[in-house]
Formats: sequence, C-alpha cells, structure tokens
Amino acid sequence: MPVKLPIYLDHNATTPMDPRVLEAMTPYFIEHFGNASSRNHAFGWAAEDAVDKARGQVASLIGASPKEIIWTSGSTESNNLAIKGVAEMYAQKGKHIVSAVHEHKATLDPIKRLQRDGYEVTWLEPNKDGIIYAEQVREAIRDDTVLVTIMWANNELGTINEIPEIGAVCKDKGVTFHTEATQWVGKMPTDVEAAGIDLLSATGHKMYGPKGCGFLYVRRRRPRVRVAPLIDGGGHERGMRSGTLNVTGIVGVGAAAELCEKEMSDDAIRLGQLKTRLEEGITSKLDMAVINGHPTKRLPHTTNISFPYVEGESLMMAIKEIAVSSGSACTSASLEPSYVLKALGLGDELAHSSIRFGLGRITTEEEIDYTIDKVVHNVSKLLELSPLWEMVQEGIDLETVQWGAH
Amino acid sequence: MAYSPKVIDHYENPRNVGSFDKDDPQVGTGVVGAPECGDVMKLQIKVNPETGVIEDAKFKTFGCGSAIASSSLATEWMKGKTLHEAEEIKNTDIVQELSLPPVKIHCSVLAEDAIKAAVHDYEEKAGIHHHEEASA
Repeated sequence: MPVKLPIYLDHNATTPMDPRVLEAMTPYFIEHFGNASSRNHAFGWAAEDAVDKARGQVASLIGASPKEIIWTSGSTESNNLAIKGVAEMYAQKGKHIVSAVHEHKATLDPIKRLQRDGYEVTWLEPNKDGIIYAEQVREAIRDDTVLVTIMWANNELGTINEIPEIGAVCKDKGVTFHTEATQWVGKMPTDVEAAGIDLLSATGHKMYGPKGCGFLYVRRRRPRVRVAPLIDGGGHERGMRSGTLNVTGIVGVGAAAELCEKEMSDDAIRLGQLKTRLEEGITSKLDMAVINGHPTKRLPHTTNISFPYVEGESLMMAIKEIAVSSGSACTSASLEPSYVLKALGLGDELAHSSIRFGLGRITTEEEIDYTIDKVVHNVSKLLELSPLWEMVQEGIDLETVQWGAH
Repeated sequence: MAYSPKVIDHYENPRNVGSFDKDDPQVGTGVVGAPECGDVMKLQIKVNPETGVIEDAKFKTFGCGSAIASSSLATEWMKGKTLHEAEEIKNTDIVQELSLPPVKIHCSVLAEDAIKAAVHDYEEKAGIHHHEEASA
C-alpha cells in the first residue's frame, strides 16, 4: 500500500491531538461550560472538578503534587513566568542567572530582557555533543545567582542535558532551578523530586493535547518557591496567574498527560526503533551525512542530520511532501543558520543543510522507509549539483578556499 | 515559500549541470558566493576562440531553489551569445523571467556576478585586453 502524503515528521513543532483527548474535552465546551471560579453553583463546580482532575493527571505525570501545577497558555508563558517571576521575587538575593546559549528563544528572550534591566547572565556553551553538564553549572553559580534555567531536552537536536545532576548541584548550592521540559514531558519519565527541579515548563500540544494550554510546576515544599505574577487580576492559580481558566484546554492537557503516562514507554521503544531505522537507512547510503549531537543521550523520537555540501532550503524543497524542520532558518526568510547548530561549532556549510526529523505516535515504518528513499535520492541529486562537493572530491579543503565577498 | 512554476521547473530539471576542464584554454570559469552565505555558484563557458561566441555553458550550484534556477537559466541564456552579449545579461532580467520574490533577488545578483566572472576568466586566459570595470 502506498504511503499517504504528506508525511508528518515534525512532532517537535507540534503533535496531532489524540482523538481520546478531544473526546474528553468535548463536554466542556457547551454542556459543562461553567467558570471554574464560580464557587456558588453547579456549573462552576463541574468546571472546577474537571480542572482539579486535570491538575492531578498532570501532577501524576511529573511526580508533583496537584497544588504545584499552575495553568498557563503554554511553555512560552511558563518560561516567562518562571524566569521573570523568580528574578523579581528574589531580586534582594542577587541579579545573576545561569543559562545556556542553545536554549529555546522562549528562554533566551525573557533572560535578555532581564539583562537589559541590569541582570548578569552566564551563558553556558555546549561542546560538539550539545549537552550541558552539571559541572559547567556548578562552576557558573555565584553567591548572587538567583536562577539556573537549563532545558531538559533540546528542541532542535533532541539532546538530553544532565538534568538530575544539575538539579542536585542547584540543591547543593541553594539556587532555584527551572527547566523547560517541553520536549521531554509526556515522552520520557519525569520525576521533579528525583531530578531536584523547582520549576518546570511544559505544554499540551507537544504531547498530543490541545494548543494554547500548558503549565508551570512550582515547588511548594523543600523549599517553597515563589514567583511574582506576570498577569494580575482575579488571583487565580494561587495569585501566580490570573485569568479565567481555559477549562476545555486544561481538561485536554490532563487527558493527554494521562495517556502519555500510560503509553510513553511503548511509544519510546517503538519510535526509538524507527529513529534508528531512519538514521541507519540514511547514513548507510550517504557517507557524508552527520548525525548532530550526542550519539546516545538523545530523545528516542528526534534526530537532527546534517547533509554537508547540500543547501538546506533546496533539500526541503526536494522533499516537500515530508514535513520536517530545517536546521537552517532560511525557510523563515532570514538567511542565518540555526544558532543551536552554530553553538555546537558546526561549520556554516554544515549548518546550512540540517534537517530535524521528529517522529510521533502516528509515524509508521512505511513512512520512515519512504523518507529514507526520498532523502537519499534527493541528497544524491543535489550533491551532483554542488560545486562544494565537487571541490571536496577533488581533494580541496573548503576551509582554505578564499570565498568572494557577497 | 511559494516558488514560481519556472523556478520549480529549473530546479526539478536543471539545464546544463556539470563541469568543463577549467584548465582548457577555451573555458572560462566563475565561482562566486560563499558557503556561509548559503550560496556558491560555479558557472563555466566554452568559447569559440575564432568567433568569441559561447558555444556551451555548464553550472553547479550550492544554494536554494532560486539560486539553482537562476544559474540554470543563466547557462541557457549564455549559450550562443558573444562574450559581450553575455555580459549584458542583467540580474533584473533573471528576476523577471523567474518571478523571484524580493528575498531571492540576491540569487539573481549572484548569477550575474558568476556570468561576469566566467567571462573575465576566459578573457584573462585568452589575453583579451579588458577595460577596467567595477568588479567589486
């Protein structure tokens, strides 16, 4: 049976909603439409019960207590709340933050705003494996450090940072630790206690839930962590995030969390096998292809492969019926190579031709085999077109070529 | 990015892909661009020394679909032209023919530069005196 096109291999961008999640959400649009803050009638109680149930489902997924879950609009808001909220709340203690250069923009930009307001930041740099190690964090922490924020798994590479170890260092040093776990939660076992996490950001739409609803875990005990709110109003979510709760979204995130908790280990095994099949299928036929980041410390469903001497946008055009993300930001009309790949020290010609493949629950073996064939065929064709590849074949070292100004 | 049908046609069926021996006295080679800019074009012409007519042209391009299409089109247009006529090809002609959007105009500029570089290379090899032209 031929595969159905287009093929979706961009699950790090977003996941399709699981039909079971939609089913759970449906009654809360019209039938149980109440405001979860309406404490004095049955409509409100039904909504509140649903929100509480979802809080429990999410808490269970990450090993937290339900009271520690603050609903937000998604990971970007959660990051902003965690980073700016901690900075403001603990400003008396100091104005130093530790983070990494290849974090998501939703971490980098809130920190950069604080930097403009006088905060000092130590930006950790990964080596070629893309991983941030606990020792780097330990060395960067100062007496006036108020926050360490390091993502659990990198969105472009799928590499996994040394999270429990970083949590232990922060505990040891008495520094608040936030992790943006958008790509991790719902895919991999998460235990905020064991990992020493004080604040954790995640979102529904990366784990087969709805868009527009996510959460921030805020530790309540040992120690109690407090964040200044970004949004003031009716005092919802223990005063940390005002605004009428998005009941349908919250129900969806809860349902998605419960499904993930049940199914993620099977998903991880199946997708890990498919990812290996994809990586081996491509690299066995294309000698020049390079898998970016640490060879094993990576998410089971994500791989980022560079095709040197082939330009990213032209490759994307050639495989347009396969939905992937280009490591180069060319497709978004800015011609800069990905800052994440640059942080790994990749040469520009590598950075210009990297593709992130994100597998998910709907991915099939037939789709992976189709993708292997399509990528191998088109990369080979583009290599035939590439003057850089020709030079390399002639034994010319591209680093020594005087390129014209352009 | 929506590509025009002509860009897609040149991208899917690029004309005149390949290389000539760059040491051949009849061949002029132009290599422009840089990997870090995301585009490198190599354009080659084979010139009849008697008539000064470009009898054949070939290219290889590392770049986006528009860059590949611009250089493919350039090889088509150069064939049969004299060196002087080839130098008259303007990037705006390429933009128009391929309906390139503003963010892709640099691809056409690069193709024009590659044409000029290939012609210069041939003329230098052939010892043809060429008046100073702004080549920056």
